[in-house]
Amino acid sequence: MQLHVDYLMEALPIMGNGMLGIFIVTGVIIAVVSLLNKLTEGK
Amino acid sequence: MEVLIQNLYDITWQQMVMWVIGGVLIYLAIVKEMEPTLLLPMGFGAILVNLPNSGAAAVIEHLFEIGINQHELFPLLLFIGIGAMIDFQPLLTNPKLMIFGAAAQFGIFFTLCMASLFGFQLNDAASIAIIGAADGPTSIFVSQMLNSNYTAAIMVAAYSYMALVPMVQPPIIKLCTTKAERKIRMQYKGKPVSKRTKILFPIVVTIIVGLVAPDAVVLIGFLMFGNLIRECGVLNSLSETAQNVLANLITILLGITIASRMSAEEFLRFETLLIMGLGLVAFIVDTFGGVMIAKIMNLFVKEKINPMIGAAGISAFPMSARVVHKLGLEEDNQNFLLMHSIGVNVSGQIASVIAGGLILALVGG
Repeated sequence: MQLHVDYLMEALPIMGNGMLGIFIVTGVIIAVVSLLNKLTEGK
Repeated sequence: MEVLIQNLYDITWQQMVMWVIGGVLIYLAIVKEMEPTLLLPMGFGAILVNLPNSGAAAVIEHLFEIGINQHELFPLLLFIGIGAMIDFQPLLTNPKLMIFGAAAQFGIFFTLCMASLFGFQLNDAASIAIIGAADGPTSIFVSQMLNSNYTAAIMVAAYSYMALVPMVQPPIIKLCTTKAERKIRMQYKGKPVSKRTKILFPIVVTIIVGLVAPDAVVLIGFLMFGNLIRECGVLNSLSETAQNVLANLITILLGITIASRMSAEEFLRFETLLIMGLGLVAFIVDTFGGVMIAKIMNLFVKEKINPMIGAAGISAFPMSARVVHKLGLEEDNQNFLLMHSIGVNVSGQIASVIAGGLILALVGG
């Protein structure tokens, strides 16, 4: 079986961008939910 | 009589291997109770389409065309049912748990790199990687959107490993944690969550994900639509229908439809074994990612987190949460981690769909 380092190099930036993207989206959701909890507290 | 004999002559050894594989899937479903709702129809379908000159193959192929190939209808409809089943309360009580769900998607992106290294084209590598989402509908949706040549193998791997979570995760969790870490107790502060928050949550998440990954908004949208039906409080009968009738009906059709891709010539190839191996890697690295982020967070927080709960960030719901809870009790019979691990587990559901959306945006675009 042949290893394709060139394919790997193509995939590495996707890994970086993907993980960055997922943490950013998650961060936004956490912030919004915390805000929602604060705004609707005690109602 | 000649026709009957002719059919026997038409049997190939590859078809017989597929009968055995179908039999194994049925055995695992019935005897081992591993994801029986999917593995049983898939196993039976594998036998059905691999009979010589099978008249069923065309019918199942038609189901595949209308239910999966054209607009990924079956997995999307199933998502409405899943959304209606999920109670996001533990996550809404402590939204920070979503960090673990995000970290536990690392296996997807790591496997993307590994599959690329082994020579898979980017669309196939991404489809294989999404096995790590530990979520059947997401795997089907992404692999179809990316026109992967390996949908059947990806499906079998995704559902098999979801069923094998109680066997795959514990050794990895134990390898990544010390006994002292596994004994960390976590206090559960069950704060009430307002109905308004529960209703706004699915709408807000849909908008956020839709703005980031518009191609995949349909995935999160259908999941959250199901959840909105559940939480709105005025559609109880629809919610029950989505949770039971709709989910069951689609599951029956989905399993047997996937079998249309399990013909011997399409399934029996070296790449299938490689995909099974890469799927396992995805699950292992997902678990590792979730546990490690908890360990890193412990360096900065006062109230220590039991790192095992990070492992529940993979989407396999609720098996993964139960595995973590059980491991906690094994170390200390007064250590109840279930509410924390359930919260992380449902966050994994959302995170895996977001990861699927990002894969589509980054690879498909």
